[in-house]
Amino acid sequence: MDAKRGDWVRIHNIVLEAGERAPNIPEDTQKVPLEFWNKGFLLNEEANIGDKVEVETYIGRKVEGTLVEVNPYYKHDFGKCVPELLYIGRQVRSLIKEDGE
Amino acid sequence: MTKDMSFEAVMERKGEIMKDAIGIDYDIFESGGIAFDYERMMRETGYTLEEIQKIQKETGVGNTPVLELRNLTKLARKHAPKGKGARIFIKDEAANPSGSFKARRAATSCYHAQKLGYEGVIAATSGNYGAAVASQAAMRGLKCIIVQECYDSRGVGQPEIIEKARKCEAYGAEVVQLTVGPELFYTFLVLLEETGYFNASLYTPFGIAGVETLGYEISMQFREKEGRDPDVVVVTNAGGGNLTGTARGLLKAGANTQVVGASVSLEGLHMASDTQFNKKSFTTGHTGFGIPFATWPDRSDVPRSAARPLRYMDRYVTINQGSVFYMTEVLAQLEGLERGPAGNTSLAAAFKLAQELDEDQIIVVQETEYTGAGKHIQPQLTFAKENGIEVLIGDPTEEIPGKNIILPKDPGYIETSEVDLNRIRRSYIRNCIRNNQIEKVSKEDLEFLVEDTKSSEEFVKSILDEFGVEY
Repeated sequence: MDAKRGDWVRIHNIVLEAGERAPNIPEDTQKVPLEFWNKGFLLNEEANIGDKVEVETYIGRKVEGTLVEVNPYYKHDFGKCVPELLYIGRQVRSLIKEDGE
Repeated sequence: MTKDMSFEAVMERKGEIMKDAIGIDYDIFESGGIAFDYERMMRETGYTLEEIQKIQKETGVGNTPVLELRNLTKLARKHAPKGKGARIFIKDEAANPSGSFKARRAATSCYHAQKLGYEGVIAATSGNYGAAVASQAAMRGLKCIIVQECYDSRGVGQPEIIEKARKCEAYGAEVVQLTVGPELFYTFLVLLEETGYFNASLYTPFGIAGVETLGYEISMQFREKEGRDPDVVVVTNAGGGNLTGTARGLLKAGANTQVVGASVSLEGLHMASDTQFNKKSFTTGHTGFGIPFATWPDRSDVPRSAARPLRYMDRYVTINQGSVFYMTEVLAQLEGLERGPAGNTSLAAAFKLAQELDEDQIIVVQETEYTGAGKHIQPQLTFAKENGIEVLIGDPTEEIPGKNIILPKDPGYIETSEVDLNRIRRSYIRNCIRNNQIEKVSKEDLEFLVEDTKSSEEFVKSILDEFGVEY
């Protein structure tokens, strides 16, 4: 069992299948489904990743979907070192110094 | 219970869903043709400037500081002809509660939703506006749902958008995340219908009126500080609301200031393409929104957009991604302000435009936005590299969106590119003709087109002639 009732989870759904997409969108987008993610407290007694479940979102709406993550968290960060940026500060500082002010 | 929830059926109910969700009957402003009564719509459904100032004050929005960027001005003058190089100022909109000028738009929307008794608000946005609505909703005790276009079909999300999702959740909002595609609007309509919440659209009269205080404040602050209005205000342009609201505020103050729009050039990238979604390093402030919204503002999520940038734009320039990233770093290194990057589009443009102006002139960058994880030059360039984009140092005019990002070799390489406004006006008029299926325009339509394109009767007539439309 991956999650029990009340756990904070992330769910996934397909809103539109590949064949059902709007006609006026680029071909590459036509070929893939429109997917959906949301989060909420699990309403099922227990569930495993991949199960069809129902959740109550933070504002209290009930939404169904496939369980994909338990205790989801954000993984975005400040990135890796980008050496290409390192010249900028020194360059502009030295440029305004040359004025002799 | 037996409501048809298919894509077609929901889209068909768009009109009634919208009417319930905004509380505006747009039909009363329509003429039956191209024209509609814009000023009447703004007057009757919006709020006066004084009312908005009061509303925004209640939730701590507005009255942000104006800072003079002395070191940046010095740097611009190093690259300008003798006697040129206007003083550059920035309005630090990041000081608003949710970290961007969008709090102004959200403040009026949430106030209005509360006044009309809605239980909650919904906004379709992948940008700072989501956090702004979530923050204002929290202050007013409203529930909030934000709908984002966030991922490609691999499930890879733009770091900048993911950060904004985090921020919305931090304010207690529910965040619905979708993959690429304009059918986001379908999900948005379904949610509006299901919840009965208020559509806190970016494009309602309240939203745009909320930005008027920004333009008005600029004028007042400069009259107090410098004894006069600024010569030029540069506005990052995407959906057109920032520019429209700011320009209207300046006009209400009686300022005769030139309003310049600036967008990041993403020429060649299709905004609804799954494979190109993560090839861009800007999720807003770019031409992918700027051009389509200028040439057809009524593409928005309301029947008539209150954001009509062509009405107010005196000039429109584009700049490459690399120059905006460069200027973001410069702002931190020379002025001690870590802001942006997307909001720094107008800053990068202003740096170049200042070099055309005299030293005693004043140019204002009218916004900043907060910086955070994901929403910062390092993660965005890291992400770009991971998606096969080359990061180079050289001549930024050679940048190809989706292929590389070129940081300027030195500040002298920063260039803006002029957008031919007459070409944009022509496209707008063509869209008006096509989308309304019109063969002859009325006198009212003609007057409207002149106003809506800030052009002349002569110009509009020449375009109508070109398309064989009678007047």
